Amino acid sequence: MIRFDRVSKRYPPGVDALSNLSFDLDEAQMLLIGGHSGAGKSTLLKLVAGVETATSGSVLVGGQNLGGLARAALPYYRRRIGMVFQDQKLLFDRSAFENVLLPLSISGFPVRESASRVRAALDKVGLGKREKALPIMLSGGEQQRLAIARAVVGRPDLLLADEPTAHLDQDTAADVVRILLEFNRVGVTLLVATYAHELFPGARRLQLDHGRLAA
Amino acid sequence: MKAWLVHHGRSASLAWRRLTATPVNSLLSLLAIGIALALPAGGQMLLSGIRDLAGNSTATPRISVFMNIAAERAVADNIRSRLERHAGVRQAGFLPREETLARMKSSPGLRDVIDALAANPFPDAFVVSARDESPESMERLADEFRKWPQVEHVQLDSAWVRRLDALLKLGRTALMLFAGLLGGGLIAITFGIIRMQVLTQRAEIEVSRLLGATEAFIRRPFLYHGLLLGVGGGVMAWLLVIGTTLWLRAPLAELAGLYDLNLALHPLSASDSALLLACAGCLGWLGALFSLRQNLGQG
Repeated sequence: MIRFDRVSKRYPPGVDALSNLSFDLDEAQMLLIGGHSGAGKSTLLKLVAGVETATSGSVLVGGQNLGGLARAALPYYRRRIGMVFQDQKLLFDRSAFENVLLPLSISGFPVRESASRVRAALDKVGLGKREKALPIMLSGGEQQRLAIARAVVGRPDLLLADEPTAHLDQDTAADVVRILLEFNRVGVTLLVATYAHELFPGARRLQLDHGRLAA
Repeated sequence: MKAWLVHHGRSASLAWRRLTATPVNSLLSLLAIGIALALPAGGQMLLSGIRDLAGNSTATPRISVFMNIAAERAVADNIRSRLERHAGVRQAGFLPREETLARMKSSPGLRDVIDALAANPFPDAFVVSARDESPESMERLADEFRKWPQVEHVQLDSAWVRRLDALLKLGRTALMLFAGLLGGGLIAITFGIIRMQVLTQRAEIEVSRLLGATEAFIRRPFLYHGLLLGVGGGVMAWLLVIGTTLWLRAPLAELAGLYDLNLALHPLSASDSALLLACAGCLGWLGALFSLRQNLGQG
């Protein structure tokens, strides 16, 4: 599903966020990316999401080399992956329903099908009864679950999550992890950047240290 | 095709929601655009009224030849024959003094004055159109007619109409310049409003890009917003022009009546109204487009 082949990413004025990184992740598998702050976890996710491009090496997702992806094709690529952001990036002037509807509107889904999909996604994360609530009315855990619902409503093959349990208490974090694992169990490939690897027992882990694989 | 239409429908609906989310601000913006558009639209309507006034006369140069008041009809007939045979004359119309008297009597306010006179004060007259309408040729013809027997007075009639025509041309040119400037103003207003919208919606734009929105998808609601501002401003301008027309119609009619002029303000025609709305919509859309190019950046 994902192949990193000697990938490096350098930001001006010469800061190496990732250096010569290689790994593979098969379909329907899960991989945790660990490491201290600034280790390169978010950069790795940004490369997979097509937000950044590698300075050298190749990033392949679903057999497609993202380095060769035309700018015009990038939006269509992003529709195939789900993303959960560390800061959630929810729209605070839209209801929970409208937030989850956004990816489907972008993809041009028919209105009727969109509504049922949004409700199914909200039910899946336990927010079925809060569809009219604005994000500001939701707790931190609920906001994170809402972000997950938005990431999965388009039924992506690949789900990227950047620190999905950050700023959550232990019970809420466990709840969020349970939801992510459920999606992985039904075949969604999961790539998670997290400090809290203990919440994902038995998961394969890639430890980064200053942009390199830690020994 | 259906998905494309759904996208457009959603974008238009979103633009409408954004426009109505701040009703006072939007109303003031529409008023500013409306006033900017009403000025050239009103100017066009005023020029149209003046053009109608000039249209009652002809802009074709003509020469009026007035006979001596005491001249016999036979002399006038002789002059008519000479005029009709003249190589430089294209057309010569005869105005018998009785007809002139009757027409003047029908003019309001003149009947009493004319009735008080002992005899018909008007002479027989001819209205002459020349083949060569150049000022020099017209002057030569007028000089020639002045020398004919029993011709009392010869007058080049069209000078004031030509002056009015020249003034109308100047007015139209000035109006176009004015409309261009105010159109630029409308674009600037829309540019600023859309810039503010882009700044306000920065988070949504960023999220939409991350979720796979194309640039067209992101731009569309803003373009509809600009279009709605333009068309809304156009409607406002139309209402202002119509309101002003109705307000001024009665006093203007009274003034025109006093001077026996056919000067009236006609409301904008359906085609002029459609043109106003179309131009306003295009200018709003253009303002939004320029603003997006400047402020949206690339994902």
